[in-house]
Formats: sequence, C-alpha cells, structure tokens
Amino acid sequence: MSLLPPTAPPPLISVQNLSLTGHRGRGPETPIVTNVSFNVAEGEMLALIGESGSGKTSIALALTGYARQGCRISGGTLRVAGHDVLHMNARELHAFRGMTIAYIAQNAGAAFNPALPLMEQVIEPALVHHIMPRKEAVEQAIALFELMALPSPHTIGARYPHECSGGQLQRIMAAMALITEPEVVIFDEPTTALDVTTQIEVLEAFRLAMRQCGFTGVYVTHDLAIVAQMADRAVVLKNGTVQEEGSTGQILTAPTQPYTQALVAASEPHTRNHDPAPASAPLLDVRDILVGYGGTTPEGRPVHTILNQVSLPVLAGETMGIIGESGCGKSTLIRAIAGIQPWSAGSMMFEGQPLAADINLRSPQQRQHLQLVAQNADLVLNPAMTVQATLRRVLTFYGEDASDNAIRHILDMVRLPAALASRLPTQLSGGQKQRVNLARALAARPRLVLCDEITAALDTVVAAAILDLMMELKRELSLSWLFVTHDLHALRSVCDHVAVLYAGHCVEFSTITALQTAPHHPYARKLEASVPEMRPDWLDNILRQHGLKQDKSGPAPASGCSYMPRCPVAAATCALTPPPVWQAPSGAFIACHRTAQELS
Amino acid sequence: MMLSRPLHRLLPLRQTPVLLALFWLLLAVTGPLIAPCPPGEVVSSTVFAPISSTHLLGTDYLGRDVLSRLLFGTSSTVLLCAVATVMACSAGTFLGIMAALKQGLTDTLLSRFMDGVISIPSLLSGLVAVATFGSSVPVLVLAMACIYMPGSYRTSRMLALSIVRKDFILSARMRGEKTGYLVLREILPNMTGPVLADVGLRFIYAVRLLSNLSFLGVGLQPPQTDLGSLTRENLLGLVYGAPAVIAPALTIAILTVGLNLALDGKGQRQ
Repeated sequence: MSLLPPTAPPPLISVQNLSLTGHRGRGPETPIVTNVSFNVAEGEMLALIGESGSGKTSIALALTGYARQGCRISGGTLRVAGHDVLHMNARELHAFRGMTIAYIAQNAGAAFNPALPLMEQVIEPALVHHIMPRKEAVEQAIALFELMALPSPHTIGARYPHECSGGQLQRIMAAMALITEPEVVIFDEPTTALDVTTQIEVLEAFRLAMRQCGFTGVYVTHDLAIVAQMADRAVVLKNGTVQEEGSTGQILTAPTQPYTQALVAASEPHTRNHDPAPASAPLLDVRDILVGYGGTTPEGRPVHTILNQVSLPVLAGETMGIIGESGCGKSTLIRAIAGIQPWSAGSMMFEGQPLAADINLRSPQQRQHLQLVAQNADLVLNPAMTVQATLRRVLTFYGEDASDNAIRHILDMVRLPAALASRLPTQLSGGQKQRVNLARALAARPRLVLCDEITAALDTVVAAAILDLMMELKRELSLSWLFVTHDLHALRSVCDHVAVLYAGHCVEFSTITALQTAPHHPYARKLEASVPEMRPDWLDNILRQHGLKQDKSGPAPASGCSYMPRCPVAAATCALTPPPVWQAPSGAFIACHRTAQELS
Repeated sequence: MMLSRPLHRLLPLRQTPVLLALFWLLLAVTGPLIAPCPPGEVVSSTVFAPISSTHLLGTDYLGRDVLSRLLFGTSSTVLLCAVATVMACSAGTFLGIMAALKQGLTDTLLSRFMDGVISIPSLLSGLVAVATFGSSVPVLVLAMACIYMPGSYRTSRMLALSIVRKDFILSARMRGEKTGYLVLREILPNMTGPVLADVGLRFIYAVRLLSNLSFLGVGLQPPQTDLGSLTRENLLGLVYGAPAVIAPALTIAILTVGLNLALDGKGQRQ
C-alpha cells in the first residue's frame, strides 16, 4: 500500500465508495459493485483485475459516466481530471467523454462500422468535438498509425474494417481513442480476443503509445501476466468488492489476500501431468488428412485447403495437444475426427478399425468411444433440459445404467454436488456448465475425448480447476484426450505430445519434454516467445531486443513453406519447395528447410 | 432465490392469454348445458324483441331465444376452430422443425409446397373446399387445418433454424438420435413460448374464416349454428337495432380482439 506523501498532487482519478446496482427484467435490484474506492495518480496505469462478473468492466464504464442498460450508479463519488462525473449534464458528459476520457473496447472488430473507411471513423472524435480541422486530424491519425506500427500507415486509413486483421483493428481503435489526446484512457481487455502472437504486437504498440503520449490509464483484464507488463498498480476485485490493492510487484509476488493468492497460483505455469503415458499402439491414427472448400482443381485437390496432409497418432492413455493461432485449422481437424467435417483425402483408424468420414456411417461403438466436448458450454447444453435429463438421455441411449445412482456417480466424477442434478443450465455458473459438458461426454464411457478450447471461455481459476479435473479423470478412467488450445501454458501443463499447426500444416510434432529443448520450428519459437510472462520486465526486454517490428505478412507461396512470409530465417528455397520433415536430436519432428544446427 | 425469480417473472406473463383461452373453452363446453331454451324452439310471437327479463338478449327473426342460440353458436365456433387450429399447428410445427433439421431437399420441397398453399387467399381456398366437398363439419375443420398449416410451418421453421445450429443438436445428432426425438424433445421445448403465441394467432384467423364462410352462407348449415350464421340470419334486425344481430357480431369481436390484445400484451412485456 503506497501512501501518497503530503506534497503529492491530488490524484487524477479518484473513486470513493462507488456502488452500482442492476436488475434483470423486472426483478429486484441487486448490487454489482459495492463500496469500491481507489485513486490513480497522473501518468499512472492502474489495472483492474478480476474474473467475469467481478464488476471490473462496470467500474471502467462508470468512470466515463455510463452505466449499462438495467444498471445504475447508486452511490459514491467519481472525480476524473477535475470533473465530478456523476453530476454532469448531457452536454458536459458529451464533451468529457470525447476529450478527457477515451475507451478502448475488447472486440474492435465489432466496434467499427463496417460500411465506413477506417480513417473516417478514427478522426470522427476530433471532428465531432471541433478539436482540429480535418486535414490536421488526418495527419494526426497517420502519426498515430506510425506510432502503433501499423503497416503502410499512409494508406491503411482508406481500408474498411474487414480488410484488417483483429490485431490491426485493435491498434486502430487505440489510435481513435488517442486522437483527441485524452487525459485518461480506459483499456477494457483489449487483447483478450487475440492470438498470443498478435497480442504481443498490440501490447508493444500500447506500451510505446503510453510512453509517448503520457496519458493516465485504467487497464481492465483477467490476465495477470499482462498486468505485470502494463500496470504500475493493481486493484483486485471479486463480486464487486475490492479484495486487495497495491503495486503490481506486490500483488504478483507477495499477495496478502487468499483470493489474490489463488489467482496468482492459477496463473503460474505448472505441470499437472505427472505420469507420462505408457508407450502403446495408437488409439487414433490420422493419416494425411486433407480438408478444403471451394470445389476441386484438376488434380483432385480442393481449391482452398484448410488442412494440408496432417498426420497425427494419438496413443491410448495419453493427452495430445494441438496448438496454433486462430484460422490454423485446429478446430477443423477436431471436427474431421468427430465426423462432422468431410475430408477429401487421407484416412483415419480408430481402435484398429477404419473411421468413416461421415458420422452417420460410423458404428455405434465408434460413436460412443469418440466423444466431442465443444468450446462453448452455453450452446452445448439444451437450455430446456435439466442436468439429469441430459445425462440420463446419454446413458439410456448407449444402454448404460441410467438410475439416479449412476447419474450421481457421473456428477461425482466431475466433482459436482448431486443437488445440481435437477437444475437447468441457466442456473449454473460457467465452470459448472463446462463440468456438465464434460460429464455428458464421460457418460458415454469414451476411449478418446476431443476437447475444443474447453478452457478458453473460462476464468483463470476455473480453467485451472478444469485442467486439474482432466488429468484426474485421465488417471481414473485411463482416457485419451485430444486437447486443442491456443494457450501454451495449458498445453504444457497437461499434454504428453504436442502438434503445432500453422495454416493447415503440422509444422512441429514432439513430446512435451522435447518442446523444452531446441531446435524448434521458427513458428513454434515465435509462439513460445509471445506468451506473456509474469516477470514485469518481460515486454521491455523483448522491445529492447528487436524494437517494434511492423507486421510481416504477405501471401503464402503457392508451393513451398506457408510460414515463409512471416519467417525470420526464410531463404529463397522456402518459396519454391515444400519443407522436408526431419527429426531433431530431441525427438521432435520439424517441417523446415533449415537444418537442426541453423535452428538451434 | 434462483428458482423463484424466473417463475415470478413468467407467471403473470403467461396468465392473461391462457386464462382467456380457458374461459372461452369452458364457455364452449358448458354453454349448451346452461342455455335456457332449446336452440330451435320458437318461444315468442314477437320477432326481433328487445332485451327483456324473459329473453335476456331478446328474440331473433323467427322468435327464438337469442341467448340460447348464441351459447350454441359460440360453442360450435370455438370448438371447431380449436380443433382445426390444433391440427394445423401440430402438423405445421412438426414439419417446420423437421425441415429446419433436415435442410436440403426435404426443406426445399416442403417450403415450396407450403408457399404454394399460402399464396391462395384463405377465404378463396375455403370456398373452393366447400364447393368441392360440400359443407359439413369435417370438411370445414380439415379445410381450416390445411389453410393455416403453412403459416404455422413457416413460423416454427424460422424458430427452429436458429436452434438447430446450436451445439446441443449437433451432439444429439452425433449420438445418432432419431428425427422424432430431436424434434419433440430437443428442439420443441426451446420454442414453446413463441409457438403458443402463434397457436393463439392461428385460432383468431380460424374464427374469422369460419365466421366469414358462415356469413356467406357456405359455413355451418341449419339447424347447426355458429357466430357467423347467427349474424347473417338476423341481418334484417339491424334496421330495428335488435340485439339478435348485435350480440353475435359483438361476440366475434370480443373473442378475436380480446385474445389478440392479450397475446400482444404478452409479447410487449417480454
């Protein structure tokens, strides 16, 4: 706790006893945030940390004088840069929001108007508030694009939102927020929806902007590693109350409150998978799977390929991890294995039998032994069916014992109390829903469970508990898991084997131990280096090492390595021939033109 | 707390239309039993008599008791239309969900067929049906069921289209569930609210069509009565301001407009 010395200037943002209430439909008012107080000094970056439902976004919005539909600010005082936010009329608020405070939302893709060029939208705040003439605003915007390390800053403004990537849009949105030179900028989970490799570019850009523009910031996030990079001080929230407040270093290294300790413990990478799988025959053998769309070429290949001859053996009793950025084809691979995505070439063997591409042509036993757990538990559970009705149907369908006892046993397996059996999905929390989702798959007594990003939508602590559960079940039921994720920490902590996918190619396939040792495929190395670490100097080190890079991108060569346009060690041959697959001394299979010595 | 809130929210919304529908059904069943006179008996020498203590709603063009005839008429209108609506909506909803589920050729064939049926004005189809098969209770009910099935089909297909994309349908399909189970157990429970509102609307349409047909003289034939034929046979009484013509017309209005308003109110409050 840092007490301000008596001579210090008054804080730029001062929140005293803030309370927010809200109600659903015509229901009674319930508190969202109670009695929250904090100060932010000028030029400081404060992190609001908490899981979903902790009220962190509501507080951030309240700073702009806004409460979401059905919510209202019920008490307390809010002073931002000399303005009393709660006692401003509509005109004052209008000026305040554009010029004094700016807000960067989580999903920039949804925040832009798809029908207007980006430049129009970026300079709009400056024009609306009559801060500068149009010509000056455009120049200012281009300067900000350069600061944000956007590719071709002079022409990118003419593009439409769909012509830019998610990471670029997020940076353009930051430029839009900064164009009026606000005193306070609120970042609301700006990188949560991005891949790690993109996230690091956005974080680097934010870091530089902070240094150059010198604004005061509030950074809302659930990711402690990002807090370590971006914030000076942090406020930990739970259920709308402050749990702990302190400097970032103290919160991350010496948390005093039990909740903060749990949060820090869940964020630290640790190995859950203590007993490696015994070597055995592959349970599922995927060979040269080719998936594409858009008709076929004369050679019989699809015009656009999503998965290009991916091979993958999954051993009995092991956890196989698949990692890659969004669009790399990892979900398509899972769907192909699950029998809901037709493939045009290749084959699959499951339990020694060929696996048909169409789920309807598979044997009932194959269907039962191969279960899919989808990412979004909200969509997977029928909202009109209770937990026990869902489970009972699976049990009766496969001819298993469907008594109340059997259902209680399955709920027990996923560590849920039996009292939950009569609840509807809407009456469950996110973590409970994901457990029921797992229970639904386990009720079929599967041999292999396909998990598609099952922890992506969950809070850190809840996700850690689900990963723990996965490993316990693996031991108890000798299950195999195929675990698809973009989270390298989660992958490392549970998997035996790892496949790194890039643009539909398997660029590296190795055991989890081989993943710790060089050499690596350049993309695997980039992926590894992009995962934020809890060390506060991590981002600075990276910036110091290679400065701020512009995105390297371009069309992938028609034949040759698809990673070539982004590859730091690309050579001329990379554009011409597909990379050969060779085995490194560590046992990893790597698809690259470079040799092991060159990559180490 | 968690349980009481949704119930507390749902009950007042569901009550009004449901209570209204129950009231009309009850009247339809008990009406003929509580009628003071037999519907066909001439009980007074005065035609188009005004409201009096012996004949609460006066007498009609032959001197029969209007209240008794109105109770019988309401009964046949409500029951006939209710049966037709239930038939139309159960077939329409089932086919609609199935089309959304199967997609492809099934969906195309069903949808084009339904589009064809819906493109003919309902009164015209009704007249053609009566002209072809003669006017009898089964013909009228079946004609109304066929005329209102496509509307119900379209509504439920649209509702089901958003549900079949959800993952729980995918997982049920991956399990290998039959179409019947998917339609009735997985999809239908998730769209009961809008489907029930649609049933109410179809019922109102059916009442209107049956009354129109009867008013034109091709609906229910004497000695059977319904609200439409009661209005038509006493049309002369309009000149005398007789309750014999006003009462059945007013009943049609109260039945349709009342139910419509109740359903609208439900939609708004959601």
